[in-house]
Amino acid sequence: MSGQELGLAVAVFLACSVEAVEALTIVLAVGATRSWSSALSGVGAATAVLAALVAALGPALTALPIGVLRVAVGGLLLVFGLQWLRKAILRAAGLKAVHDEEAIFAEEAEAARAVALEQGAFDGYSFAVAFKGVLLEGLEVAFIVLTFGANQHHIGIAAAAAAVAVLLVVLAGVAARAPLARVPENTLKFAVGIMLTSFGTFWGAEGAGASWPGGDAALLVLIPGLAIFALATVAILRRGAADRSDVAEGAKA
Amino acid sequence: MTRLSRAALAVWDFVVGDDWVVALGVAVAIAVTALVADSTVAAWWVLPVAVVALLLDSLRRAARR
Repeated sequence: MSGQELGLAVAVFLACSVEAVEALTIVLAVGATRSWSSALSGVGAATAVLAALVAALGPALTALPIGVLRVAVGGLLLVFGLQWLRKAILRAAGLKAVHDEEAIFAEEAEAARAVALEQGAFDGYSFAVAFKGVLLEGLEVAFIVLTFGANQHHIGIAAAAAAVAVLLVVLAGVAARAPLARVPENTLKFAVGIMLTSFGTFWGAEGAGASWPGGDAALLVLIPGLAIFALATVAILRRGAADRSDVAEGAKA
Repeated sequence: MTRLSRAALAVWDFVVGDDWVVALGVAVAIAVTALVADSTVAAWWVLPVAVVALLLDSLRRAARR
């Protein structure tokens, strides 16, 4: 497995793990409070839609000329990666609320209990909430699988990394029978943001006609370089927030 | 709102997210890379510089809110 393929597999695995944890919380909430069979039907339906999407768009994307593909995929990954990284930096700096799976579980469960349930009947609410949750969280993963996989002509590797991540999260969820609150979601999102942004920068520039010094080895500078920059930004933002809070406390006193 | 405009809004929200300036900046940076690559000057540095600038600008605006 080449360095780029390994990077592809790691990025897809991490992204998929995060999204699977978020989808699992929603499915657990409606399944535990209302109907497991209807919630699992929703999961199955959403998974089928996502699989069809990857199967239909994958070959279409790989048929594009490599230059066009790289500039389009690089640009999209860059926009996507910068979104992930920006949110992860703001969360790490304490400027944005961290994703709390237990709070989300409690909120979803309360909303599910508030809707009347007919005993024995197919529960449309559980189906719809589970379907929507898995589809929306899965779309991001499908997008990453398609763009990463198509660009390197390895949709199989990307899909396998995604499947392993989902399997591990589901097994952990079944074992815990609770939302996976201890998964360090923000750290994973931080890592995914760095990977997507680095690969997006690399492919976007190549697609636009630039040549990287050292070829693929440039990624070995881009990824750690961006990680150091992002960590430094977190430290600066944290210090700024602490200074502002000291000034506010001083004004009160 | 029609079904079509809802779908367009969802796609926009999914791809562009909550900071359209970043998406626009990425598109401009890729276009600039292509222009520089057509000249005799090396073009690989344009996107990394743009990424750092766009991220810092986006974070600065978000931190002010």
